[in-house]
Amino acid sequence: MRYLIRRFQRLVVVMICVTFLTFLLVNVLPGDVAYEMAGMDSSEEEVQAIRDELGLERPLVTRYLEWAGGIFTGDWGASFINKEKVWDALSHRFPVSLELMLLAQLIALSLAVPMGLISAYRPGGRADRLIGTLAFASVSMPSFMTAILLIFFFSLHLGWLPATGYEPLSAGLWANLKPMILPALALGLVEWTVLMRTLRAEMIGVLQENYIALARAKGMSDARILLVHALRPSSFSMITLLGLQVGRLMGGSIIIEQIFGIPGVGRLLVHAVYTRDFIMIQGCVTLFAIAFVTANFLVDIAYAWLDPRVRLERARG
Amino acid sequence: MADITPDRFSAAAPDANAEAVAAHKRRNRLGLGFWIPMTWLAVVVAAAVFADFLGLFPADEIDWMFINEGPNEAHLLGTDHLGRDMLSRIVYGARVSLTVGFAAPLIGVGLGLVLGILAGYYKGWVDEIVGIAIDTWLAIPGLVILLLFSVVFGGSLGMVCLSLGLLFIPTAARITRAATLNHSNREFVLAARAMGASDLRILAIEVFPNIIWPLIAFVLIDIPIAIVIEGALSFLGLSVKAPTPSWGGVIAEGREHLEGSPHISLIPTAVMFLTVLSFNLVGDAIRKRLADQRDGAI
Repeated sequence: MRYLIRRFQRLVVVMICVTFLTFLLVNVLPGDVAYEMAGMDSSEEEVQAIRDELGLERPLVTRYLEWAGGIFTGDWGASFINKEKVWDALSHRFPVSLELMLLAQLIALSLAVPMGLISAYRPGGRADRLIGTLAFASVSMPSFMTAILLIFFFSLHLGWLPATGYEPLSAGLWANLKPMILPALALGLVEWTVLMRTLRAEMIGVLQENYIALARAKGMSDARILLVHALRPSSFSMITLLGLQVGRLMGGSIIIEQIFGIPGVGRLLVHAVYTRDFIMIQGCVTLFAIAFVTANFLVDIAYAWLDPRVRLERARG
Repeated sequence: MADITPDRFSAAAPDANAEAVAAHKRRNRLGLGFWIPMTWLAVVVAAAVFADFLGLFPADEIDWMFINEGPNEAHLLGTDHLGRDMLSRIVYGARVSLTVGFAAPLIGVGLGLVLGILAGYYKGWVDEIVGIAIDTWLAIPGLVILLLFSVVFGGSLGMVCLSLGLLFIPTAARITRAATLNHSNREFVLAARAMGASDLRILAIEVFPNIIWPLIAFVLIDIPIAIVIEGALSFLGLSVKAPTPSWGGVIAEGREHLEGSPHISLIPTAVMFLTVLSFNLVGDAIRKRLADQRDGAI
């Protein structure tokens, strides 16, 4: 518990730093926002009017505190470009991105766990080397390239799955999943390798333990040893990695959403970057940071819950 | 990513007999798995460096007579949707990818080294501040940081290298910090301090040579990563400004014509894949060698 409280304190400090840094970058560096909004041939009075309206004359810290306070009350500001409320835009799009990332992680895990098990069973064996080569190939294949190939084969060549589009869940489960398969594959096919390698490395260690030798001596089948006795103690590093990977997934989802035309937060952010919609950028970055930090905090809790030793040690210390 | 595979050989090394040593040598010799990717990299690097002397079409020469053409005699890799020569776009694109690939990790490791060494050597509040800075930096996904930077600083090659380099700081700093912590209480450091050496001298002469190896390994891993991230960024059109060709940008341009002329996307995809794969394979081979030499296994 004490450990979690300390982690939480650190989390709060980090969030303050992240939001302030984003705010600073977006508000101080790109020049005069009001000037840009007013357009090239606007008079000084018009620019001044916008400045007053946005409250840009007030000191930076006041503006930051006001904006940061708004984060808690759901008032994340409104887009300078199309007046859309940032919070509304984000809350509509976040579930879409979340679905994409969860599906991708599901694909990655369902590849990583069996492959890791097979690899660790006979390290250096034929299957292990084959999987290792496969992993090398897919780690050299970034998601946007996989996406191009998937579209080429499955959409254009075979015509099985749509290349773009998105259907909400209310349109039916299959209608929702169908356009999500290729994007999730494109993301998952690069992420599985790290998970697999981590699981393999830890499992090779676990398989040397005495209790595994005992289970083997008792005549337990290899499959049962791997799945029942070795998998759980071998998966701790992999679980920590699941949290850290959220960051990579978010980065990947930005591109994937762009390619497949999925209306998620990543696409919103890229669009905001193209149109220089600063307050929207600020909102997207904050949301990404909150989601990432929260995911890692949850992983920490899950970790303590999975491994009683960690729970006890941390309770004592 | 750190090398998480336990070294199969090091455990057996202390009491290894001659036969095992010979087997180890045989397995660890730089074989085809090293030389084939190395050859490919040499070709790509040479093409990028001597691009101006290869007699290629200019990378941005538009030729409306030959649009979306497949590979042929005049244009070995075909032309794109503006009739530009694909081979020359790929070769000039390699300049961008390779520059970023080499410069960004070096910048990141250089800056991370300074932060990590300070945190690991002075500990206390310096360590705490560096820790918070790293956590903050890591709390924003890398690509998001890059998007933010591209808005603020615009897309020149130098800026892309610098902002991509910043992404490598946290991990480099953590590696350096851990290695510095490991070494800063060793006897030779204490001895140097007892003899009155200054902190700067201790760090430069006693600590630095001991922590440089993990960082070199780290740079090797980061080269392909930097190339991939630059590819993603230019795929989004947020790296170097068009019409300067870059691999990600060329792939993105071809996406619209994937149906009729798939070669525009698929050829640069293949080139980029082979290059990244080669860097991964070569880096891995060198890293294994370094690890072995340090362990004194052979």
